[in-house]
Amino acid sequence: MTVANAVLQGVFLGAFYAVLACGLSIMFGVMRIINLAHGDVAVLGAYIVYVIVERTGVPAFVAFAVALPVMVLLGYVLQLTVLERSLKSGILTPLLATFGLSIVIQNLLQLVFSPDVRSLGGSAGSVTTASWQVTSGLSVSALGLLVLVVAVLLFAALQLFLSKTRAGWIMRATAEDADAAELAGIDSRSVYARATAIAVGIAALGGLFLGIRSVFDPVSGPTQLIFAFEAVVIGGMGSLWGTLLGGIALGVAQTVGAQIHPQFAVMAGHLLFLAVLIVRFGGGRLVLRTA
Amino acid sequence: MTLLQVEALDCRYGLLQAVRGVSFDIAQGETLALIGANGAGKTTLLRAIAGAHRPATGRVWFAGADITHMPAHRRVELGIALVSEGRRLFPSLTVEENLRVASARRRGRWNVDTVLDVFPLLKPRRHMPAATLSGGEQQAVAIGRALMSNPRLLLLDEVSLGLAPVVVDAVYRSLGDVIGEGATVLLVEQDLTRALQVAGRVVCMLEGRVVLQGEAASLDRDRVVSAYFGLRRPA
Ligand SMILES: Nc1ncnc2c1ncn2[C@@H]1O[C@H](COP(=O)(O)OP(=O)(O)OP(=O)(O)O)[C@@H](O)[C@H]1O
Ligand SMILES: [Mg+2]
Repeated sequence: MTVANAVLQGVFLGAFYAVLACGLSIMFGVMRIINLAHGDVAVLGAYIVYVIVERTGVPAFVAFAVALPVMVLLGYVLQLTVLERSLKSGILTPLLATFGLSIVIQNLLQLVFSPDVRSLGGSAGSVTTASWQVTSGLSVSALGLLVLVVAVLLFAALQLFLSKTRAGWIMRATAEDADAAELAGIDSRSVYARATAIAVGIAALGGLFLGIRSVFDPVSGPTQLIFAFEAVVIGGMGSLWGTLLGGIALGVAQTVGAQIHPQFAVMAGHLLFLAVLIVRFGGGRLVLRTA
Repeated sequence: MTLLQVEALDCRYGLLQAVRGVSFDIAQGETLALIGANGAGKTTLLRAIAGAHRPATGRVWFAGADITHMPAHRRVELGIALVSEGRRLFPSLTVEENLRVASARRRGRWNVDTVLDVFPLLKPRRHMPAATLSGGEQQAVAIGRALMSNPRLLLLDEVSLGLAPVVVDAVYRSLGDVIGEGATVLLVEQDLTRALQVAGRVVCMLEGRVVLQGEAASLDRDRVVSAYFGLRRPA
């Protein structure tokens, strides 16, 4: 594989990380919640798609269209029942709550689906196998391209929502100053519930791509969370376009790293993450910006 | 008709008691000035009326309904709007977006255009982020944002703080229009002369308690000043 091809594959991989990271970024940006269950939520989404495919035989993309509203509703309810309460008692409580949620989801998945490895690759049609050989060293896979296009459209749609619609302004207003937003007549609880609903819906999309690209099992979540988290941090926490770029930077670091040595792939991503952490928060300022 | 009634209100921050057994009421159409030294509890009292601070005990009634436990955003729907101390705009939102997020379901004369008519200085700033505005412009947006909900009761917390005197004059001229149209206003103002000018009635707080209240016209300035600083009245 040439370096150019490694970079290209890295962009495709990174677009997948960006989709995974998107919901994490939204929840952090709007509520300052770091959702430790985000990866498990994505895996849960993959399982729901899997069940629908198994039961009905429809293609994975159709099953996702059915799973999406379920996941969105789940996110809404999750915020109102669990996360909302935890937000009231300091910054550590939501972290603990989502950590607990992560374990609960993993155990439930173990219980219902056994630890077997599953995949959605077989039910996604020819998109999983089709590819184009551009030059001798450069190939474009249909799946990679699909994920990239969906990722760009997703981030563009969110950007439009936040900058052009009143509901988007309300979400930004609440993110910037929830107390002032309440005093301006905004129901911050309902805004938070909508934000989590969107984040969980997008996590399910990440789960769909995970299942189509590779395999998953009940404990796949934490690994996905780490990549998503690294993408968010590399891109600058709470910034949407930053998260897309951060995901792509992480993907490229991993595929280029794999050129050096196949086992170095994931480590190259971690090193990029650490480098960004040191540059951004280094020099004795190891605190999270709140702005 | 009594629009707002505050009954034996206590507000705490942990062990610190910021408002102690405060009772007063405001009639429809009245302008009431709340005065008092720094730390007297004025901001806390206003926030409790607006629903942003949960009182420890006591009750708040608005238009005959007990709203003590109602969240802030529902009180906005009922017609209570607070212009917070320090303006508290949404910095990345433009002037127009700051105004439009606040337009609630209440009908009335206020919308983006009528607000911009009252504060013409905002017209050229309409599409600029609030963070780029001057202090006076930000204060105008903060007041405009409160007006957007077409409030029956407008709470103003030190709207002149940190503004140049000419700007303060302009802000109060615009407020004069609003008050002239029959809005009920409760304002906190450090400038005693201005407070006595604008308001029909004055409530003076000291260390969380109401120590003096009465018609602005009937209060002599020395009595207000000594209540303000907690001095004993000269014998
Ligand atoms: N968030 C808070 N946490 C703890 N104590 C607070 C908080 N806000 C205010 N206080 C305290 O409560 C008391 C009343 O404060 P408040 O801001 O209501 O007074 P104020 O009359 O508005 O003063 P100022 O004229 O300075 O605005 C003060 O002793 C203040 O230190
Ligand atoms: Mg104050």
